Amino acid sequence: MTPTRRVLAGALAATLLVAGCGNDDDTDTSTGTGEGVTITLVTHDSFDISEDVLAAFTEESGITVRLLPSGDAGSMVNQAILTKGSPQGDVLFGIDSTFLSRALDEDLFLAYESPALEGVDDSLVLDPEHRVTPVDTGDVCLNYDKAGLEDAGLEPPRALTDLTEPAYAGTLVVENPATSSPGLAFLLATIDEFGEDGWQDYWRDLVANDVEVTAGWEEAYYGSFSGAAGSPGDRPLVVSYASSPPAEVIFAEEPLDEAPTGVVVESCYRQIEFVGILAGTEHEEEARQLVDFMLSPTFQEDIPLNMFVYPVTDVELPAEFVEHGAQSDDPYLLDADVVAENRDAWIEEWTEIVLR
Amino acid sequence: MSHRARAVTLAAFVVPVAFLAVFFAVPAATLVATGLREGGRWDTGAVLDVLGSASTRRVAWFTLWQAVVSTLATVVLALPAAWVLGRIQMRGRALFSAALVVPFVLPTVVVGTAFLAVLGPDGPLVRLTGALGAEVDLRRTATAVIVAHVFFNYAVIARTVGAAWAAIDPDTEDAARTLGASRWETFRSVTLPQLRPSLAGAAAIVFLFTFTSFGVVKILGGPRIATIEVEIHRRTTELLDLRAASVLSLLQLAAVIAALSLYRRAGRRRGTGRLRAGRSTSRPAVGAERFLVWGTVASALVLLAVPVATLVWRSFDNAGGPGLRYYRALGTVGRGSVAFVPPIEAVRNSLLFGAAAATTALVVGSLAAVGLHRLRGRTRGVADSSLMLPLGVSAVTVGLGFLIALDEPPLDLRTSPILIPAAQAIIAIPFVIRTLLPALDAIPDRMRDAAASLGAPPRRVWLEIDLRLLRRPALVATGFAFAISLGEFGATVFIARADAPTVPVAIFRALSQPGALNVGQAMALSTILLTMTTLVMLVVDRMGDARVGGF
Repeated sequence: MTPTRRVLAGALAATLLVAGCGNDDDTDTSTGTGEGVTITLVTHDSFDISEDVLAAFTEESGITVRLLPSGDAGSMVNQAILTKGSPQGDVLFGIDSTFLSRALDEDLFLAYESPALEGVDDSLVLDPEHRVTPVDTGDVCLNYDKAGLEDAGLEPPRALTDLTEPAYAGTLVVENPATSSPGLAFLLATIDEFGEDGWQDYWRDLVANDVEVTAGWEEAYYGSFSGAAGSPGDRPLVVSYASSPPAEVIFAEEPLDEAPTGVVVESCYRQIEFVGILAGTEHEEEARQLVDFMLSPTFQEDIPLNMFVYPVTDVELPAEFVEHGAQSDDPYLLDADVVAENRDAWIEEWTEIVLR
Repeated sequence: MSHRARAVTLAAFVVPVAFLAVFFAVPAATLVATGLREGGRWDTGAVLDVLGSASTRRVAWFTLWQAVVSTLATVVLALPAAWVLGRIQMRGRALFSAALVVPFVLPTVVVGTAFLAVLGPDGPLVRLTGALGAEVDLRRTATAVIVAHVFFNYAVIARTVGAAWAAIDPDTEDAARTLGASRWETFRSVTLPQLRPSLAGAAAIVFLFTFTSFGVVKILGGPRIATIEVEIHRRTTELLDLRAASVLSLLQLAAVIAALSLYRRAGRRRGTGRLRAGRSTSRPAVGAERFLVWGTVASALVLLAVPVATLVWRSFDNAGGPGLRYYRALGTVGRGSVAFVPPIEAVRNSLLFGAAAATTALVVGSLAAVGLHRLRGRTRGVADSSLMLPLGVSAVTVGLGFLIALDEPPLDLRTSPILIPAAQAIIAIPFVIRTLLPALDAIPDRMRDAAASLGAPPRRVWLEIDLRLLRRPALVATGFAFAISLGEFGATVFIARADAPTVPVAIFRALSQPGALNVGQAMALSTILLTMTTLVMLVVDRMGDARVGGF
């Protein structure tokens, strides 16, 4: 059987060779100085920022940032939990309030109180131990199709209770909270509004009023909502983001004076995105510098037009955001611990009421 | 089997087994084990809890019946196309054959919206049926899911079985006709038995694809319908409930193994046909055949071309008439940001990954097919089914398994770019095996014996006989592997990716923001992807045909 053994050894050698080739990450083991160090920023797939802005960080600190997109926010956090102790990066950006408790319970992050937090509203600092730092807010709000509502002879709704009026029958599309992050945010908004014992009746009324449910945001916005460009949809109300109308203007095919859609500010649920330093990093000092940088005006000003969320510090917003966007002064927001504790039960109950 | 022959068989399996172990079995098993172990002990109670719940039963039942119906519908609808591809000479056949693969590579989100445009409230279906007095709205129904499954898998049956059909010696059919058999009798008792291995293999692949369907079900089925795969995904990525996800993965695996053993029974009878390699077996259609040919082409066009045409049209549909605005936007919108993907780079990455995945799949799959061909009886059946298993295991299970199983040197592959073609090759390998194995089996031993008795050494026999006869099926398999890689998004989305965005990734990014330019760019990129795919298929098909008749 010598030939077999030889082939086996050869195959093993080949596998290891391939493995070796693939493993050419520039893992720099030097610590401390920052000069010449590369750190890895784990993000969700929606992360974006100007190249110039990242270059400015490298310029002033000598630290190179390598990006590692890792799926949607949920996948990213779960991957980080599964690789705890042998993290794939040094810093993780994009964890939102919904997944926060899970990550904190798992001791995923190292505490760091950035001096730049001075410029951030206290209501956004959800972890008193500063294991995570808020970077942006991406509120989830009802959007309406201006032309679609007008055709139906309807005014934009001004409160969640309007949606159960007979006049709004068959006008709303929402995402399944079990599979969609804006869907969950909207469910949480209704729980905040009607209470832990009252939201069930509200949803029964929504079902009676012919609410449509889709699995994810793309299907709701591009498939069922009538306000999206080229959409086959026929529903003028959708659960989307506060920044969707500015995006419609910025990405319009031809310049628009007015957004085709609007935001119902009374319906907004606050979603906060955080950054945290991953426990197990060999570059804690450099990671802290990156966290500070993400709160600097250079980074914060660059956020809206790249990620279509709002900065957490007081920087100037792009004109389109000022003109076509809307931010709620008093958004819905549930305590992260309460959400963590009840989330699965609420989703289960919602599924019973709405889908069965 | 002699000592030496056994050594050759084992040697052929070394690479496939090592490859599948590293990139599939170990990661998947690690994740399932992580989910089922509680404090160092196996948690058997979990298995019973999850299996006993009403929701699991409901999901399992839906998964099973929709997969059976989807597979049967695909076989029935695509078999005439296989005949056209295998037997009929006509103008545009190469293009028809290449275009069939297009749906197979399009991202489900894109096809989903195209389907919604056809099925939706303003779509032709609602209007047509509405005009007839009974409006049919298929949105969020199981019917929509099944129609989409046929759309996606049509090419699997048409091309795989078509290749087998082309390899059947028409003399056998002519002989039956001469002896007085009707067309139908000839098909049933002469042609069908010879097609059986490839038909059973292709149908098994379609079954596995539809059984583990994810994107189509999510987009077209609405929130009330879920397959086991959708449920595994939800449990894993949303809830991090690895316990339930692991049990569901095992359930899915068990169902897949059961289905594969059924398939083994169906495909057991080996092809008895003689291969005709010397000259082309196709001829122009005659008489009533022409209606069948045109009927087939026309129905394929309606099923496959309408959704595709919808999205191609939308990529050019600018305000104020058709134009290239969305294509121009690809190079400009978002330029200067880290997530900006230059279209040329995305196309290049896609082609590179495609070539790498196809080569890997071809090498690993051919070795496995050669090994299987040399096995007999039960061993062969079990080995054959095991090599199909990757199609039955959830991408999220394997993807997350990579993260925890391959995290230590020398195999810290977690963020390595080779994971992407490797993951894609895993899905493509069963295709290569299913296409090559029936062809290998059909090569008559007499042919090899004759060559050997004329003095050809074994290597020469292999080169002159096996390799020549296998060229065409091998190219069909390579084409599929390439196409799978070009369109693949599901498996790779769970792998943290280094900096090499592909076309599907760029499409996903464009669709994640509101705005006409974003939708338009997604449609433009989809059009580029489908053009790329058609070209690749044309080239691959041509390489296959060039040698047929050449010797």
